[in-house]
Amino acid sequence: MSEGQTHPLSVYFWIWGLLFVLSAFSYAVDYMEFQGIVRWALILIFMFLKAGFIIAIFMHMVWERMAFAMAILAPPVVLLFFIGLMQIEGGYTEAKRIEYFGDDVAVYEVPHSAAASEEDH
Amino acid sequence: MSSATHSSVELQSGVKGLVNDWEKDKETFNVPWGKAMMWIFLLSDTFIFSCFLVGYMNVRSSTVVQWPPVSEIFSLSMGGEPIPLLLIAIMTFVLITSSGTMAMAVNMGYRRDRAKTAALMFVTAGFGAIFVGMQAFEWTKLIAEEGIRPWGNPFGAPQFGSFFFMITGFHGIHVSIGVVYLAVVALKVLRGDYEKRGYEIVEITGLYWHFVDLVWVFIFAFFYLW
Repeated sequence: MSEGQTHPLSVYFWIWGLLFVLSAFSYAVDYMEFQGIVRWALILIFMFLKAGFIIAIFMHMVWERMAFAMAILAPPVVLLFFIGLMQIEGGYTEAKRIEYFGDDVAVYEVPHSAAASEEDH
Repeated sequence: MSSATHSSVELQSGVKGLVNDWEKDKETFNVPWGKAMMWIFLLSDTFIFSCFLVGYMNVRSSTVVQWPPVSEIFSLSMGGEPIPLLLIAIMTFVLITSSGTMAMAVNMGYRRDRAKTAALMFVTAGFGAIFVGMQAFEWTKLIAEEGIRPWGNPFGAPQFGSFFFMITGFHGIHVSIGVVYLAVVALKVLRGDYEKRGYEIVEITGLYWHFVDLVWVFIFAFFYLW
């Protein structure tokens, strides 16, 4: 094996610059006060682009052999199931809370809310 | 991939065999042993951070209490005007800058330019220290001025504080450990410890550092922006 991952510096500079631009875009999503589905979509797009470039270029994954890349990148796919299950569970819990406590925030007593713990400190 | 190495080596039993099996380069993965192990560690760390973020998602989607207005809580006043997420944006840019200098350090390492490698690693560690410093400032502001506690806060859902301190705290510890790790490896590079063994260690250290940046990308998206 030739020594390590040697690539032209220009590759890194390009990605570096791109990460700055993408971060600026991410920040702009909040600054421009996008809401709802547009906001979430933009956040996810910029997030995955940034994560992808960091893993692919800075962590050299595109230049690794596929056997290695699969061993590292495939296992996290199961997380999608986990996220999906917990999303369903969260929705169910919320529905039950609204059913039993109502969706009026004032009615739902938070056990350790700031108001309740005011005398602690 | 290389069955030759398998057949040519005699397998031992017992504890000695255990040690031998793990230290031998079996070359399923065509990368240095240390690099494969760092990736596997990072994979396990991915699951830890995922558990935190999924727990956060679950709690945030199940609470009927208003989630605190993150953008306002993390705003910073500049000349009287509150700018939302200003400190967080600066922290993000600091971390990305450090990731860039780290990538340069890895490249210089393989070019066997010891002075530049070490210097770039120290710069990376410096940015990391700045990041932790800003995080300490942020925590102080949140605890002392905004009254955010792990069990409650004046803005809404009480779980906000516990998830905030848990997730950013765990990430901050990773950054702090990374700063020490970088400094130690940089000193060894400067001393010439890797002249014979090669400079994979710089890339391995870099993997850890880029991972810390990677986790921040997800925290920034899900905790601060969402």
